[in-house]
Amino acid sequence: MSMDLSLSTRRAGDHTVLQVGGEVDVYTAPRLRERLIELVDGGARRVVVDLGAVEFLDSTGLGVLVGAHKRLRAANGSLSLVCTREPLLKIFRITALDQVFPLYDTVDSAIAADADPAQ
Amino acid sequence: MPTVRLSFTPAPVHVRTARLVGVAVARRAGVAEGLLDEVRQAIGEACSRAVALHLRYGLSDLVMMEMSDTPEYAVRVTDRAPVVEAVRTLPDADVLGISPNGQAADALSEEAVAAGMALALLTALVDDLQVRPAAEGAGTEVRMTWPVSRFVR
Repeated sequence: MSMDLSLSTRRAGDHTVLQVGGEVDVYTAPRLRERLIELVDGGARRVVVDLGAVEFLDSTGLGVLVGAHKRLRAANGSLSLVCTREPLLKIFRITALDQVFPLYDTVDSAIAADADPAQ
Repeated sequence: MPTVRLSFTPAPVHVRTARLVGVAVARRAGVAEGLLDEVRQAIGEACSRAVALHLRYGLSDLVMMEMSDTPEYAVRVTDRAPVVEAVRTLPDADVLGISPNGQAADALSEEAVAAGMALALLTALVDDLQVRPAAEGAGTEVRMTWPVSRFVR
């Protein structure tokens, strides 16, 4: 395993938080894809991907996030992103993905905004 | 005449090295600090694209990245994939039309989405972007330039 990407998962109520750190690029993005697929296959439906510790994100990583968004939507789930770093926000704006993903400043606000009204 | 030239086998693991070298040379050339994130992103996108094309065609040829700092910081990334394919797979702007509920993206593979994002990023981050057939032999070259501050040298 490379040190370039870190992934850690935790539960927060009915949400699954995937904290991503380091660099998400053409080399490391497949590991992010695998982890997201594992989570959905394992039953996770409300997923928050915390990009707060991501130092670099390329188009391959964006493709993986879009793929996860589609898988979760097909399963009546949701994918929210936590992102505050301006270089990353700029990438989401350029690619218009800020119109696709709900983007939040903190994990707590992402979870609060995605609360299940039935709960 | 390039001041630094880097060739690497078409493996994803080397793209990070290309980014690091490209940013180091940009800094040395006098590209403003505020532009270095964009340089890093654009070089990463151009090199990822070249690697993906080589892998798709089973080409073991090296991907070449050449950097020069006169009169501006110029980076040229050259692949050896057939030009027709390279141009055809240049992402189109459809991906940019993704609706808020993601309808447009549904029809596209992750790879196609990523390719569209790559072009969106390159065109947005590089003021002077040129994609054209390689000067010599098969392949395509992606040429990008950024201004430098001469006195930094």
